[in-house]
Amino acid sequence: MISRRIFLKNGGLALVSLGFAPAFLARTSAAANARGRVLITIFQRGAVDGLNMIVPFGERAYYAARPSLAIAAPGRSQDAAADLDGFFGLHPRLAPLKPLFDARQMAVVHACGSPDGTRSHFDAQDYMETATPGVKSTQDGWLNRYLHAREHQAATPFRAVALAPQLPRALQGLEPALAIGQISQFGIRGAGAGDMVQSSFESQYAAAADSVLNSTGREAFDAVRMLKNANLGQYTPANGAEYPRSAFGEALRQIAQLVKADVGLEVAFAESGNWDHHVNEGAAVGLLATRLDDLARGITALVRDLGDRMQDVIILTMSEFGRAVAENGNRGTDHGHGNAMMIIGGPVRGGKVYGRWPGLAPEQRYEGRDLAVTTDFRSVFSEVVRGHLGLTDTRPVFPGFTAPTSLGFL
Amino acid sequence: MNLTAFRHRTPSALVIPLCIVTLVGSSFVCSDRTVVASSSSAVPANADDKTIVHVLNRLGFGAVPGDIERVRRIGLEKYIEQQLRPETIPDQDMTARLATLDTLTLNSRELAEDYFMPAQMAQRRAKQQAASQPTESATGKREARTPEQAQMMQAQRQVFTDLAQQKILRAVYSDRQLNEVLVDFWFNHFNVFAGKGLTRNYLTEYERDGIRPHVLGKFRDLLEATATSPAMLFYLDNWQSAAAEGATTAAPNTRTRVNPSNPRRPFGRPGQIGRPPRQRTVADLPQNAQTRKPRGLNENYARELMELHTLGVDGGYTQKDVQEVARAFTGWTIANPRQGGGFVFDPRMHDDGEKIVLGHRIKAGGGERDGKDVLDILASHPATARFIATKLVRRFVADEPPQSLVDRAAERFRDTKGDIREVVRTIVTSREFFAPEAYRAKIKTPFEFVASAARATEADSINAMPLVQTMRELGMAPYQCQPPTGYADRAEAWVNTGALLNRMNFAVALTEGRLRGGRASPPPREQSIEAARDQIVDQVLARDLSSSTRETVAKASRPSQAVALLLGSPEFQRR
Repeated sequence: MISRRIFLKNGGLALVSLGFAPAFLARTSAAANARGRVLITIFQRGAVDGLNMIVPFGERAYYAARPSLAIAAPGRSQDAAADLDGFFGLHPRLAPLKPLFDARQMAVVHACGSPDGTRSHFDAQDYMETATPGVKSTQDGWLNRYLHAREHQAATPFRAVALAPQLPRALQGLEPALAIGQISQFGIRGAGAGDMVQSSFESQYAAAADSVLNSTGREAFDAVRMLKNANLGQYTPANGAEYPRSAFGEALRQIAQLVKADVGLEVAFAESGNWDHHVNEGAAVGLLATRLDDLARGITALVRDLGDRMQDVIILTMSEFGRAVAENGNRGTDHGHGNAMMIIGGPVRGGKVYGRWPGLAPEQRYEGRDLAVTTDFRSVFSEVVRGHLGLTDTRPVFPGFTAPTSLGFL
Repeated sequence: MNLTAFRHRTPSALVIPLCIVTLVGSSFVCSDRTVVASSSSAVPANADDKTIVHVLNRLGFGAVPGDIERVRRIGLEKYIEQQLRPETIPDQDMTARLATLDTLTLNSRELAEDYFMPAQMAQRRAKQQAASQPTESATGKREARTPEQAQMMQAQRQVFTDLAQQKILRAVYSDRQLNEVLVDFWFNHFNVFAGKGLTRNYLTEYERDGIRPHVLGKFRDLLEATATSPAMLFYLDNWQSAAAEGATTAAPNTRTRVNPSNPRRPFGRPGQIGRPPRQRTVADLPQNAQTRKPRGLNENYARELMELHTLGVDGGYTQKDVQEVARAFTGWTIANPRQGGGFVFDPRMHDDGEKIVLGHRIKAGGGERDGKDVLDILASHPATARFIATKLVRRFVADEPPQSLVDRAAERFRDTKGDIREVVRTIVTSREFFAPEAYRAKIKTPFEFVASAARATEADSINAMPLVQTMRELGMAPYQCQPPTGYADRAEAWVNTGALLNRMNFAVALTEGRLRGGRASPPPREQSIEAARDQIVDQVLARDLSSSTRETVAKASRPSQAVALLLGSPEFQRR
């Protein structure tokens, strides 16, 4: 409950600075109890450069290793990092998130990642999404295993939704989960006899012996019916929130729409791609900066749009691994190891960068080149599952993993 | 086994005289080979409709009404052999169908000069104009374009739309179906992404000259064709990878002509397509090589070459190997990429020191040869045989490839030194391929689904652009897969709620002629509901439908509706 009080105490300020009307604050406590908790996960595919996202400007080795890519320490230039705690700072394009950090609604876990050393995007993404690093045979994702562990009768077809053309591995598994590209396009669009066509397809799939197509077909038509009843219509974001006009912004906008429609959304997934910057990554401006701008504008719009509902929402960002400490020959960075995650929302004990910092001097690095991992990414996941989603026994979700002590961001 | 039987198996005129010589010299060798080949083939002699449809679905993009009868007339075994020898299939209609897509035959230099550079200039000028005449409205920029500028930019897009359309048209209409399946397979294996900078300018050439000629050839040739292609060099950044500071380069102070003994064409067959290239000189080298000191390694290509193109992620290489391979490929770059230049080796960027790759020593001073040595090491590595065999078996047989078949395909790969035709033959004539477990075991990818729907409805001519758009909506936009893995070839990637509804919607829109981006095919000929239905049920689905699908289709009130309900059915989602 501490976090909730902190939210109420500090939230007002932050929201004002984001341009919110503070009037809703009076309603928050009541609203929080009436609705379920929501987890919104954002996967930064391609391995974001965590050292330029959450900048360790207090490290001399950081500047030594990145002559053309380093972000200046706060106050050193116009495009310097936005100070978080005197040692870490946000990339200048992430500065819109700083009010959330200052209001203690945003936490960062740095030097976080996988116990497995792979530098393959595809293996590392799989390991992160199955949450079984090093084990390739895992079929289901950690979010789906959470859904399974907390199976309940009141679950709606919209309990777990990926706003993406494909269902991510994290949501694959026994429990139903939707993949939706466009909510407005979700359904059978038939001219005239549309209903007949829809019911025909529905019975075809319901009777199919093919178990994969059978269950996916059922889920689809259940969701279509529910969506029809929810009558979503045109959506206007609240509080003047403006989502970036990108696939990512569009996905977050639709997640907000579903949260507000009270269709039973519990776990949402959005993709943010194109983080693999081997060449011309740029520092305060450039390729990475453009992607971080999209990320920050999307997240701030989502927070603003959800308004008091952020009380029950956590946004969690992740990426498969970090990038090498030193820049490569093309003003870019090659694949590395440790990275940073962000946790944003009302329940967060924010305003702090969590995790033990291993340092960036060559002898402190993983294999002499990468940020070492001091926090297993599953520690972050399991804290969210336990602290936010309320599952006490997280062992079925994270087989073979026992989190050390909780990090304390919830 | 007599000579006639052997002749039947190898129609190539060149092989037969050679074989006669072999027979005279040592009849055992030749006849023994034949016996082995025939005993390992599990192609049924009197195949039923289901089996023929299975072959049409796996070696191609599904049945066109009439195909079952055609294949039966030829004989299933012979049909498969023809597909393995696409050069023996005339396929004349294809040329006519592609004739209007006139950027397909141009080389990269021509595309750059005639399409991309003018578009870039036009864009720059439009921007300058917009800046000099500030307008209030958001559409101001657009309005600032002169019609000529807009045309230039449109022309640039045409290069991409031509390419995307030809992919669909070939899948739907080409008689060399297996060839098209493999072009798609190998492009996807050696994926490049149209959205990454200049990659797009090289796509046409990449697929046409880099991938297409080798899809049934030697893996080593295919590997080198991709390694030296500007599309790949750009996409995976190798064109900018240079010796780290302090390393010995191959040409520290010289300004000699590049590799005069081997003036490579920008990747095409000389004299066949486009204008002859100029002799390449140092002036053609990338600007950064001329004006800036090479700055250091980029590991991107080296890693994906081993992880995705050859050994596979469990192929036993280390981070150290990645760095060594990256060193070997330094200097493999592009001459004047903006002008559509080709592959060139720049000795000044090359780290000429010794390298150790997977335990093999590559001596110092090898220059351009270093990269080729690496390709030799990788192409002949047993992990590569296993990895490629696994992927091919997954494409042709099942998501979980039967181990016995993977083993035999990998062995064939090793025995034939990576002869793709022989590996594919081993797979598509195997008992695992014809086993009941393999039947309809694969979910069609969006590409396979869209192409097979167009084939099933037997449209005489289609407008491919709406189908390109559909592939995008289904999550498989052609040439636009961003990560180097390419698109997945497993059911779970393609079966999800949104995608399934989109497939049903596509089936309805296709048959009612209202696809986004235009009508795909002319309105169906006057046909009864029964005729429209039976054509697909009998000729495409081999009458293998669930009772529920039969019942719903029986209730259709229009021919188009019956067809839509079949194309959107669970049965049609599989191959």
